[in-house]
Amino acid sequence: MTTPEPTAVERVERPVEPLPAEESVPARTFEVKNLSIWYGEKRAIEGVTMDIASKAVTAIIGPSGCGKSTFLRALNRMHELVPKTRLEGTVLLQGEDLYSSNVDPAIVRRRVGMVFQKSNPFPTMSIGENVVIGLKLNGVRDRRFLNERLEKSLRMAALWDEVKDDLHKPGTSLSGGQQQRLCIARALAVEPEVVLMDEPCSALDPIATAKIEELIYELKSKYTIVTVTHNMQQAGRISDYTAFFYLGRLIEFGETTKIFTHPSERQTEDYITGRFG
Amino acid sequence: MRFETAHQHTWRKIKSGLACTAAFVSAVLVISPLGLVFCYLLINGAASVNWDFFTKLPAPVGAVGGGMANAIVGSLELLALAGVIGIPVGVLGGVYLAEYGSARINSVLRFLADVLNGIPSITWGVVVYGLIVLRFKGFSAYAGGFALALIMIPLIVRTTEEVILLVPNGYREASLALGVSRWKTIIHIVLKTASKGIITGILLALARVGGETAPLLFTAFGNRFWNHSLNQPIAALPLQIFTYAISPYDDWHRQAWAGALVLVTGVFFVNILVRILTRGSGASVV
Repeated sequence: MTTPEPTAVERVERPVEPLPAEESVPARTFEVKNLSIWYGEKRAIEGVTMDIASKAVTAIIGPSGCGKSTFLRALNRMHELVPKTRLEGTVLLQGEDLYSSNVDPAIVRRRVGMVFQKSNPFPTMSIGENVVIGLKLNGVRDRRFLNERLEKSLRMAALWDEVKDDLHKPGTSLSGGQQQRLCIARALAVEPEVVLMDEPCSALDPIATAKIEELIYELKSKYTIVTVTHNMQQAGRISDYTAFFYLGRLIEFGETTKIFTHPSERQTEDYITGRFG
Repeated sequence: MRFETAHQHTWRKIKSGLACTAAFVSAVLVISPLGLVFCYLLINGAASVNWDFFTKLPAPVGAVGGGMANAIVGSLELLALAGVIGIPVGVLGGVYLAEYGSARINSVLRFLADVLNGIPSITWGVVVYGLIVLRFKGFSAYAGGFALALIMIPLIVRTTEEVILLVPNGYREASLALGVSRWKTIIHIVLKTASKGIITGILLALARVGGETAPLLFTAFGNRFWNHSLNQPIAALPLQIFTYAISPYDDWHRQAWAGALVLVTGVFFVNILVRILTRGSGASVV
């Protein structure tokens, strides 16, 4: 609450080129230590410790109700929207504690963006307005800057060519897959460092899914991406690291190739091979 | 299993037909008063709705002609006053119920709003008489507007709450995930998405209080002349209709019919406007 507003705006307006890969940039974006989360009396996450690599795709897999969405949402404090949540442990973003008392969750979410399972472009806004609304509501007024960011975000989301002549049309007029890419563009427009994706393809057909997967692959050169997926093949295709959650615990975490070929835990192997879940 | 006999079949058909007829008759009974009232008003009032009616002040007793210009303008002024007070309070109250507040507090507030909605409107007139008219020693447009606002508030609170709850949570989450603060999310995303429904609720509340007479008797009081200050008594269409209808003069009776016709037509048009608004472009969820 006490974090001053200007910091965020400065951050939003900083040069848009990718960060140079200096020595000082840590290879880990998140360091999660002994994280437990409760909804009321029910424990959803139990003692999870893992590091999330920068500029890579980390996939979180596991059966429904295993806490993977809760874990993802804890990375930008979105899980707090559910009343009566309680959290123990620490989540460090570039070494800063997300949950220290002087951190405003809104600032956290500007740095850690999110794309949801169901595409949700704002129904009252045009395609163009949808993309820049995050910047506008965070106080950016400069028209030229907004227009530049609009095009850049739509290009990054691989949507520019399809909508450049229809920017004034309602965002909801697009197809399902296009809407999801619009939501990705909207998340990218505020220039986050991390993009969290909560089953971004589960409501899409295979062609739209392929486009989003390709996009995720492209985006990891600039962003740290954490995605939850129910689709084992998808996790195998797009991710560099895979974390397997079961009943709120992190069962296994490592490079995707290793998890999928030589899992060290029996439960991981059973799940990946479709024996349960 | 056996099929029913021909006799059972006929009997079942008769029962079904009876139920259908009963429902149809009830539906006609529900709708017919509107048609009857409107026809009756047209027959009795249409002849007196002329240019003078909209432009002239009431004529003195015995003189022919005159109009209700001051009452029409007065009603609009009262509605404007009621809106200025009632709309922000009502909408913000609805926002509180839908977006903030714990479940327990909300159920109490909701119950109270529903009770308030059921309070006879004359009660509001008496309350405002005690609160404002006695304190400031005089009937006034302010007092009338305030009384109408008090009637509007619980109506707007409930409709606003209901349409806000229809806004899918995904939009709130999407906005919050962009690092937008809670109140900006509510104003720019939630209220904007629900705006048509909220405006509809406001218009219906205005139409409802536009026809209120009882709360104005003790507050706005009525005025046979133009109102030059909101601190003074002010004319209103329903009040003027009331005064004229209970008078012993035929000419005034005709004017009362005309006034009622104008009032009902106004309410009718507000409802048509609401229909047009809610039909909309489909860009909104509510």
